[in-house]
Amino acid sequence: MSIEVRDIWKRFGEFTALRDVSLHVEPGELVALLGPSGSGKTTLLRLIAGLERPDAGSISFDGEDATERSVRERRVGFVFQHYALFRHMNVFENVAFGIRVQPRGVRPPEAAIQARVHELLDLVQLEGLARRMPTQLSGGQRQRVALARALAVQPRVLLLDEPFGALDARVRRELRRWLRRLHDDLGITSLFVTHDQEEALELADRVVVVNEGRIEQVGAPDEVYRRPSTPFVFGFLGEANWLDSKIDGRAARVGFRPDDLELSLSPLEGHAFAARVKRVQSLGPRAKIELLADSGAVVQAEVPAERVRSLSLAPGLELFAAPRELQVFFEEGSRPRP
Amino acid sequence: MTTATVTTLEHAPAPSVRAALVDPPLVRGGLIAIALGFLASFLLLPLAAVFYEALAGGLGLYWASITDPMARSAIWLTLVVAGISVPVNAVFGIAAAWAIARFEFPGKSVLVTLIDLPFAVSPVISGLIFILLFGAQGFFGPWLAEHGIRIIFAIPGIVIATTFITFPFVARELIPLMQEQGAEEEEAAISLGASGWQMFRRVTLPKIRFGLLYGVVLLNARAMGEFGAVSVVSGHIRGQTNTLPLHVEILYNEYQGTAAFAVASLLALLALATLAAKHLLEWQIRRTNRP
Repeated sequence: MSIEVRDIWKRFGEFTALRDVSLHVEPGELVALLGPSGSGKTTLLRLIAGLERPDAGSISFDGEDATERSVRERRVGFVFQHYALFRHMNVFENVAFGIRVQPRGVRPPEAAIQARVHELLDLVQLEGLARRMPTQLSGGQRQRVALARALAVQPRVLLLDEPFGALDARVRRELRRWLRRLHDDLGITSLFVTHDQEEALELADRVVVVNEGRIEQVGAPDEVYRRPSTPFVFGFLGEANWLDSKIDGRAARVGFRPDDLELSLSPLEGHAFAARVKRVQSLGPRAKIELLADSGAVVQAEVPAERVRSLSLAPGLELFAAPRELQVFFEEGSRPRP
Repeated sequence: MTTATVTTLEHAPAPSVRAALVDPPLVRGGLIAIALGFLASFLLLPLAAVFYEALAGGLGLYWASITDPMARSAIWLTLVVAGISVPVNAVFGIAAAWAIARFEFPGKSVLVTLIDLPFAVSPVISGLIFILLFGAQGFFGPWLAEHGIRIIFAIPGIVIATTFITFPFVARELIPLMQEQGAEEEEAAISLGASGWQMFRRVTLPKIRFGLLYGVVLLNARAMGEFGAVSVVSGHIRGQTNTLPLHVEILYNEYQGTAAFAVASLLALLALATLAAKHLLEWQIRRTNRP
């Protein structure tokens, strides 16, 4: 199902959470809403679910206006950040809830409910845990119960609020890959909220970068990473070095990534500058190098560990550095054509 | 009447005692002795005295005292009053806690303050308020007399006064509980297609059930034991408007000490049962509120 968000405004008292936000999601897409905390990304998700009402603007599903429809009528599956499992029900009853509350005429017979719930538990790989209570589950298991519960009502859209936020790093990576496979199998239009750029870039078909209640950029992961449209996007999606510069007489900010910096002992072509090594910090397979450019600016570089050895990088060493790719932003935040 | 504070204190995990803060044995022993001594002389001794006096005339007299027609009538009236006040206040308490914990609205802080009013006002004053409203010389008195409705010096007055006195219990218990639990589970229920009533019955009520029961137990104990407000509006008509606490007072004033203590022992038993239930429920609340 496609989702169309048009000119949405949302205020909470004095605070404006969303300012004139528009967004289109294609059927079957997996879209990430990426932004820092307080950027309005969760509010946008809750508005699409119908858990909040917009002050202005409209939301439609498959071209049908749903702005006035309640959460119940929208048939969206919502996975809450802290899962919101019903603490007094076991795993089976949690998953069965959405089916059990259906009106008498629509509700399937008990045998069909049993079959459906077991099918879902199988899908999320929790078949053996049907009788457990939520408190007896690990974070990753709770998260999968919440997902199965949301899928039980056969939603047209799946909305996930920080789906991996409360999990430790290893479980998070595993679940991320598993969720991507599940999405590809089910083909259900999905949106998830995250503040982790790595998660958004790895998992999503398209990334929506949100900041201060506005959408900064929408694009494929590679596009937002390689061709950021604002300094914020460039800075939020990875580590960045910033230099102030003047181009054609206009003040500009020039950004480049630490791992996009070529280091050499002999002079380099392009936007090269001379620098002195201040610090070398090993990160296992890679190393972080802190450079002091001849302009006086401190520049971070990240190189494979092998380069540290081949260049004999050590504090005090004089060398040349050249960014392979530059992002130029003029003061008003616009970006020149490449 | 500081149930809320007591609850939080008891629910707080006991901090481990730091070695540097352990007092010398003499101080420690002294403090423990004072605490236990106080407990024994002000709580256990009177409780024991009630049962001792009650049974002083033998089991036969004890049984006769609590099965006397006047005593039976007082027991019955007490049960009727509690039977009305408890469900009324349980429903009111849930509604008030729901409104306060879940919504922002103008006058919310006023409502929170007003809920505590019955705890702040002396019960005798509470009783007098109802005399001023519904008594023969009161605000609605003439109108009530015209229509032949008796509230003061009758059962309706006792029920109203008791309900007023006891209405904070459930709300006080549920407001912090519901604020702490948040509304995410309710949102999940609605997003899964539950109606408002289904959400309340299947999600909210089970979530708050032990807190609710806790409030109801305390509410019930107070409803059955209330003296001041009820005394003002009851008129002390034997066999008609006497509740258990009023009956105890009358017996005592008539120098029927043994009978007075026999009836009082019923209230003491109610208190012990309440304490046991309270303890059990606190344990349950802690268990179910664990994340």
